[in-house]
Amino acid sequence: MKARKAELMVGRAVLAFMVVFTLAPFVALVSAALQEAGSNPTGLAWPDLRNIGNFKTAFQVAHLPELTLSSVLLVLMVVPAALVMASLAGYAIAVRRVPLGGIAFVVLLAGLTIPFESLITPLYYQMRDYGLLNTRWAIALPLIALFMPFGVVWMRAHFQGVPRELTEAAEVDGASSWRLLWSVHLPLARPALTSLAVLFSLWTWNQFILALVMVEDPLRRTMAGALGAFRGQYGPDLVLMSAGSLLIMLPTILVFVAFQKHFAAALLQGSVKG
Amino acid sequence: MSRRSGTVSGSRRRDRSLSAGARRRRREWTGWLYLAPAMVFYGLFVLQPLGRSVQYSLYDWNGIGVARFVGMDNYIKIFDEPDRLTTLVHAFELMLFYTVLSVVLALAAATLTRRLSSGAAHAARTVLFLPQVVPLVGAAIAWSWLYSSDGVINETLRGVGLGQLARPWLGDFDTALPAVGFVGTWVMLGFCMLLLSTGMAKIDPALYDAARVDGAGPVAEFFAVTLPGVRRELTVCVTLTMIAALASFDVVYVMTSGGPGRATAVPGVEIYQLAFTQAKVGAASAMGVVLMVLVLAVILPIQRLMRER
Repeated sequence: MKARKAELMVGRAVLAFMVVFTLAPFVALVSAALQEAGSNPTGLAWPDLRNIGNFKTAFQVAHLPELTLSSVLLVLMVVPAALVMASLAGYAIAVRRVPLGGIAFVVLLAGLTIPFESLITPLYYQMRDYGLLNTRWAIALPLIALFMPFGVVWMRAHFQGVPRELTEAAEVDGASSWRLLWSVHLPLARPALTSLAVLFSLWTWNQFILALVMVEDPLRRTMAGALGAFRGQYGPDLVLMSAGSLLIMLPTILVFVAFQKHFAAALLQGSVKG
Repeated sequence: MSRRSGTVSGSRRRDRSLSAGARRRRREWTGWLYLAPAMVFYGLFVLQPLGRSVQYSLYDWNGIGVARFVGMDNYIKIFDEPDRLTTLVHAFELMLFYTVLSVVLALAAATLTRRLSSGAAHAARTVLFLPQVVPLVGAAIAWSWLYSSDGVINETLRGVGLGQLARPWLGDFDTALPAVGFVGTWVMLGFCMLLLSTGMAKIDPALYDAARVDGAGPVAEFFAVTLPGVRRELTVCVTLTMIAALASFDVVYVMTSGGPGRATAVPGVEIYQLAFTQAKVGAASAMGVVLMVLVLAVILPIQRLMRER
């Protein structure tokens, strides 16, 4: 009994240390963001709430409303399309069992290992040829495609978990393949789709290299792309930059808090299945 | 497209003989309509650039003028010029931090916290997801501040009388790469720990009881029960962290852009700089292909190892 108590104590200490370690960079940012505007903070100073106005300044210089709108637009361009395509493809492979579906799946699976950087050079020239550089499409179109490997693997795994009898019963009742998908499989897939939507949204907001390469105007980029530009511009002003970085990161944290169960499920199960 | 319609009309002809098998086949091929959008996008924006990457890599091209065929020159340069080869060496050095350090610490932390199941423990675990949630660019900005001359790390060192160890971590040739790598540990550690914890929660408690009855101590228990029980999760952790190390870009680009000198030059940043600041499209593409092959060369043996067991 004593040994077990000691074990729990050690466990708590380890977990507490992990939490502190994870939060340390954020705490440092908050501390710097709440120092006197224009000053040079050193180390971890006690935050002074009288300097809360720094966030207001950062809100304005970072053009946060425009930025958020840009990222929301991008999410709307990418996530619904990616969800539809991934579901249809997962359905075709797992339920319809189309011929050569296995090969299509392996080709997609291989895509999970391709680093974005390996494709970025030709993608840039492809977008230049299409005349799409400096538009959000140059980020959105490749991103939809780059999401397909994970999306299809995830949806296929979900559809495979649905009992075969359900499909067969609906077919005996004369349901068309479209009706089968719409009335039987999609309602069951709602949790899987929600998780995928949360992941895709965060990955879109946080996408950096595509935004950096394809779009020059930070206000048309993703949140991460804009944050990179913001640092380039205000890097030396540590107080303002810390406040701005926190504001730019805040929406992702809010999305996470709201959907944390879905997020955890998608990340933990998705990576094991994939 | 034409191939699909050809099959449809072909099976329609066979339908006249009322063959059930033919009818089934027709339905199967029309199923490709569901698969087509995903495959078209994937083909256009992943497979096509992949092919073009290989094509560009054989040319000397500045992106605008006439491309000159140079065969394998761009590849030979990667392994011939120390400047480019360094980037590959650095990628493997990053693996020490992204993979080895993260996975070892995550295994230890997950094992030690295995029995915690209170609400507070659950909330604490949720916090550990944060590095996977915020943009890496944000994490890089925060860590740059921690590492800076007057940053938290140096001030803490001075505070405890270890001032002689204080240095601009990212500006020092010896510490820049480890400093960047440690951010990778921060990004991957919590995620790996949570993944391994989920795996450990699925281990049958009877196995632990049996080990105890056999007189196994905590260490023997770890190697006999825990480690084999999370083999699958462990493989995922190792695979994902290795890809993250080899393909690191955001953190390095924001924190050091490859400097000081070339102390933190990694393939991802090298590709970006070759293609978009030096206009060496062929060289950048070759580096991209090498990076892709490298990832496969590292990942495939691990996958095989897991399947064999």
